[in-house]
Parts: sequence; C-alpha cells; structure tokens
Amino acid sequence: MTAVARLTLENIVKQYPGCRANDGVDLVVNAGEIHALLGENGAGKSTLMKIIYGVIQPDEGTIYWEGKKLTLQGPAHARQLGIGMVFQHFSLFETLTVAENIALALPAAEARDRRALDERIREVSAHYGMALDPRRFVHTLSTGERQRVEIVRCLIQNSRLLILDEPTSVLTPQEVADLFSTLRQLASEGCSILFISHKLQEVRDLCHTATVLRHGKVTGACDPTIETTDAIARLMVGEGTPLSTDVPPADPGESLLQMHSLSFRSEDPFGTSLDRICLNLRAGEIVGIAGVAGNGQDELLRALSGEITVPAEHLTFQGTPVGNLGPDARRRQGMAVVPEDRLGRGAVPDLSLVDNTLLTASAQGMVQRGWVSYNKVRDYAQRIRERFQVKASGLDATARSLSGGNLQKFIIGREALQKPTLLVASHPTWGVDVGSAVAIHQVLVELRDQGAAVLLISEDLDELFQLCNRMGAICGGRLSPLLPTPSLTIEQLGQWMAGDFADSADAEVNHAVA
Amino acid sequence: MSMDLIINILSATLVAGTPLLLVALGELICERSGVLNLGQEGMMLVGAMAGFIGALTTGSLMWGVVAGVAAGVAMSLLFALMAVTLAANQYAAGLALTIFGTGLSAFVGSDYVGHTVDGFTRIAIPLLSDIPVLGPILFNQDLLVYASLVMFVVVYVFLRYSRGGLLLRAVGESPEAANANGMPVLLIRYLAVGFGGAMTGLAGAYLSLAYTPMWSEGMSAGRGWIALALVVFATWRPGRVLFGAYLFGVASILHLVLQGFGWDISPELLAMLPYLVTIIVLVLLSSNPTRTRLNTPLSIGQPYRPSR
Repeated sequence: MTAVARLTLENIVKQYPGCRANDGVDLVVNAGEIHALLGENGAGKSTLMKIIYGVIQPDEGTIYWEGKKLTLQGPAHARQLGIGMVFQHFSLFETLTVAENIALALPAAEARDRRALDERIREVSAHYGMALDPRRFVHTLSTGERQRVEIVRCLIQNSRLLILDEPTSVLTPQEVADLFSTLRQLASEGCSILFISHKLQEVRDLCHTATVLRHGKVTGACDPTIETTDAIARLMVGEGTPLSTDVPPADPGESLLQMHSLSFRSEDPFGTSLDRICLNLRAGEIVGIAGVAGNGQDELLRALSGEITVPAEHLTFQGTPVGNLGPDARRRQGMAVVPEDRLGRGAVPDLSLVDNTLLTASAQGMVQRGWVSYNKVRDYAQRIRERFQVKASGLDATARSLSGGNLQKFIIGREALQKPTLLVASHPTWGVDVGSAVAIHQVLVELRDQGAAVLLISEDLDELFQLCNRMGAICGGRLSPLLPTPSLTIEQLGQWMAGDFADSADAEVNHAVA
Repeated sequence: MSMDLIINILSATLVAGTPLLLVALGELICERSGVLNLGQEGMMLVGAMAGFIGALTTGSLMWGVVAGVAAGVAMSLLFALMAVTLAANQYAAGLALTIFGTGLSAFVGSDYVGHTVDGFTRIAIPLLSDIPVLGPILFNQDLLVYASLVMFVVVYVFLRYSRGGLLLRAVGESPEAANANGMPVLLIRYLAVGFGGAMTGLAGAYLSLAYTPMWSEGMSAGRGWIALALVVFATWRPGRVLFGAYLFGVASILHLVLQGFGWDISPELLAMLPYLVTIIVLVLLSSNPTRTRLNTPLSIGQPYRPSR
C-alpha cells in the first residue's frame, strides 16, 4: 500500500431539512483496499456516496483525493479523477444499447469511434470475466447483466476508486460469487473499492476493513474478517433493538389455496408472462418465493390480488373457484395482499392514513348504505397505529410523509387486523430498517400461527430461509418446485433463481407430495 | 387524372405539408428531451405575425424569416423559463403559451391585416428539376421547402448518429439517471425547447411569407395541434413525422381537388378530411408496442428539479 491514502474524508456534514444526513463523518480508503460502509437505511450511507461522487455538495468538511484537497464540481469531474460509481438503482438508459450507455459516460473524443469502443468493451469485460455484448439494448438485459454494464463503464475509464451501492441486493447467489471474484481481481490490481451494504455475511467474505454509520455518525470501524456478524450488527443498530425474530416451527393444516396451471400473457413488452404456475398453500404455513426482480413476481401477485383475472377454475380458494373475481370480491373472502410498491399501490401517497385505511378495510363495517362512518375508520386506523407502533405525526399525516419502515408496518397492519385467511406479501422488508423488519416478520409469523396461509415473495434470501417452511423460486414466469426449507440448499435455490429447474412435471409431483 | 394533375397535386402536397413538418420536427426534438410544449399553436401564430411584419417593414423576405424564427425562440424561452427552470406543470404552461400567443399575435398584427408582400417564389434547381415527374415535384419549390427537407435530414442524422442525439434521448428517458451521470439536464432541455421554438417560428413565417403571403388572425388553423398529435402518433420517429406531414398535405390538397371535381359533399365535411386521415393512419401505424416504447421519451411531461 502506498503511503498516501487514496481517499480521505474529514468531518463531512450534510444537513437536509429536518435531518442531519451526515454529521461529521471521517473515512479513509487506501489503495487496493475493499472497504465496507455499513449502516441501516437512513444512516447516511447514500448521502455520503453522493458526496464522494460529486452529485451533491457537503455543507462542511474536506475531501482529499490522493493527498490533495479537492472540491468536486460534479459527477463528470469525479469520473475524470478516477472515481466510478455503480448505483443501486442503475443509472442506465433502457432504450439505448450497452455501447451507447457507456459512450455517454466517456469524454466525447474517446466515444467517437464506436467500433473501437465496442472492441474495448469486449476486452475489458472479458478480462474481468463479465461477458457483455455492446450492441444489445439495455432493456433486454437481466439485472445482473445491467450491473456489469455499470461496472464495465467505470472500468473503461480506469477508475481507481469504485463505489458500489448495495450491489448484491439484486443478484442471484451465483452472480454474487462472480461479482466478488471480479472485485477481488480489481483490488489486487490496485483499485480501491467502497462497498456499501447491510448484508454482514457478504462484508465478512469480501472486505478488508469496515466503517459503520448510524444516524449520520461513524459509530465504529472494524476488521470484518475478525469481528462476528452480531458484533457488527450491534454497531449498526445500537443497543436495545432485537436483531432477529424467533420463528417457531410451523404446523400446517388443510389446503387453502390452489393454483392450477395458471398462465397469463403479459401485454406489456417489458413485463413477464406467467407460464403454467401450480401452487398449493396450506393453513398455518409461510411459503416463500425467491427470484430476481422482474421474473414474474409482480404478475403472480396481481394474479392473486385479482388485478389480473383468469378463468375461475385456475385459482381456487377454500374450495371455491375465484380466478375470475376482482380485488374487492377476493378481499371479502379473506384474501389480503401487500404489494411491493408501498407508495402508489399499497397506499395512496397524498391521502391521509385515515383515508388509506378505508381503501382496503372498508368492508370492516366502515361503510353503511353508501355512507362512510369516519369515526369507525379513525378508530381502526388508531388501532393499527398502536398495535404496530407506526410512527407518524398523526392519523391525518399523508402516507408519503411516513418513513418506509413505518408505512410498511401500517400497510401490513391494515391487512393483518382484518384477520385474512391468506396474506400475500411482496418484498415486505425491502428498504426497511432492522427494527421494523423484525416487527413485520413477527406479524407474518403471528398470522401464520392464527391459521392463515402466508405467501412471501422476496429477494432477501436470509428472510426467506428464516421465515418459510417451504420455498421455491420464480424465473421467467415459471415456478420451480417448492421444497421444505430444511432440505433446500442455497446453491439449489440459486440455480432455480437462474431458471435451472427441470420441467414443471417435477413441480406437480412435488405438489402431490405436499 | 392526367399526369400533370398528379404532379401538381404532389407538388402542392409538399407545400401544404411543410409547415406541419417544420413544427413537428421541432416538437419532436423538444419532446425527446422530456419536455412537452403544448404552446406550438401560439408560437406558430407569433412566428407568422412577426415574420410578416418583419418582411413588410424591412422589405426583405429573409429578414422576415429571421424575425419569425427569433419570435419563436423568444416564445419558447418564455416557456422554458416556466417549465424547465421553475419546473412548472408543462401542460399548463404550454396551454398558457398558446392562449398568450394567439392573443398577442392578434393584438400586434391587427394593423397589418389586409397588407400583402411578395412571398417566396419557386426556384427550379437546374438539371435536377428536369428529371421527369420527380423533378417538378421535388426540385421546383420555394426556398423554405428545401430548408424543411434539409432540416429533416439534420434531425434524422442528429438523433441517430450523433453524441448530441444520444444525450438528448438519455435526458428524455431519465433525467435522474442523466444527472447522476453528470449530464447538464436543464441545459439540454433548454436547447431542445429553443430548437423547437425556432422551427415553429420558421413554420409560422412559412405560412405568412410563402403559403399565403399575408397576415390574418388565427391563420395557423390548428396546424400546431395537428403537429403535436403527429409527433405522438409518429412515435417520435422523424421518418414517420415526414410521412404524416405529407399525408396531411395530400389530404388537404385532395379536398380542394375533390371540390373542384364537383363532388356533392359539403365542403365542411371535406375540410375535415386531412385532420381525420392523418390521425387515423398514424394511430394504425403506432400500434407496435415494443417499437413505440423504445422511442417514447419516458420522462415526458415531468418537470425535473436537480437535487442539491
């Protein structure tokens, strides 16, 4: 390692209205080092990254780049210095090709010769084991491939510091392994890597050093190869917060919901069609469906919620065909859904919590002869708020004003209080802090123990392995077999997520067994 | 129909389609940056009025064109100030611009109603205009028709092959991602809106200096609106804009020809023909969802505020 650190931050402060996102952060990243930046959602990681990449300016503090004091003018300036960034929500343009996306990030002179650029893209991607076709349109690429485009885009500019913002949250386990070997190779060639994550096991596998943020402050620095995951987690969440839910074993009862070879052709060119999905849910169990985003999860959820209707007999609930019923009719039968998109589908952003309560809970005696009884609605909303500890300025606060975790607790609480017989939850803890995630997991387990069937669609494998008693994966609109969790390895699940499962005949056999 | 008549119809088609082509090409660039400017009709009227007054007072058609373009740019910058800098609602700002432009052009132009200028005349290009059939249609037109064809090639090549076109498409798809990549989103949107204004001003000047060399209130006759529809139904592709503009042109000529043949259909109904035909054909064309989605500027209509 060289004597001068590649990047040094001193006392970085960034104040937003009502929130001090960074409060005197110090950070040192050396050459060839893989440095983890850990913290819960809202700890200030993303703000710090944007400051390093020049997207926003700090209010106070100093940045040193290879020993020299620096004021970043913007991302283009950062890139010119050799700072590259891979965003969590990719900053790619879907309607352009891989090569065009990369050309846009290069200085005009370097991008002029498209053929030479194609060649360079192939060279760099092959060197780091990330095959890429420069001529393909980005919208045809998988999430993993899109991430490669972002990384290759940085590498082609000879980045000496690569920032990755939660890069593994969108990848299958195999893709994660590939990414890590690429990153190790990069580090051995002298590139520094700043790796943002809240998945501790990954950090322990990959990183040389770690800095932990909480509420905008550095709460600790450690060597992740030595510390235990629990010790690091404690630094992240502080004292007094439980780190996980205790999940007693499930005791499944009779079959509640069956999907019989349900297919759906997506009209949306970027959507996924469902292909002969068979699924059987029993009372008192949590069944998990893993998968990389965009493989049919959304369509599956819509088929269950009633936003997509199918011939009635393809979906039976408690013995009655319900495939042709709309959302409201299904809800009245005890089928509840928590969609992935909290603001927009789970709740209306600009309506108050009271009005949002009315949206799905109106059948709980709140509407009589066409008139809304707001007293009842308020009572109900208040019960959700107390029972699930939703932090909000009041019942009249708009859904938009709640933090992700609190809004999610509200939405899940709204469904749970209606005592549904079936709950379908999609990515319920995505972007939610550890405390709220634990609370949400508890709700799901409680519903299960009250005899409801829970279908959990998630990308978080830890969550699935922890909560589910059976699980499988969805890929390209097809569902893998569902196996009891104890007999399922993460490798097997990874193969399923990549679409590597024998024909649906196996799935049917499995259903017969289950 | 004799050959001469067909040649005359097609030649007139180019003339009738030109104002639409100019407006639509400008609006296409503007919308590709993610900004929807509904002010085309008003901008076109102001361009026509300014162009006519410019030519009448200086005695030079070229200065008239300059005045028309400048007026279009000025109007579009007013729009950009509201819709880009102040991030106001693009729909409301555009509609306001049309209402403002209609009123302004009527007010300032009222003293000039009834005057005439000697408009642009046809220039036959030597040799090329002697080609049978094609020659008289394509190469015996006025200067502004030639200019519109040049602008079509410029826009097509710019969008397809240039880095600037790539930047424009990127900003139109996702200003957030473009900003994260360090592109000057607001500057690019300003330039796109300004280009749209220049083209619309030019189209206005074409109306009052070539198509019918005079000024009358409301003389754009809804062409600004048709051009807006044209851009959408042409799925933001220049080739289809060209096709749609000339389709409109041929239909508006045909209704005159049909009246000439003494068809027993009310002239009002026939006058609807160009608007109807253009919209129907383009709706049918734009039914391929994948191609449409690839060319649609996803961020259209959304104001963008960079975070600091």
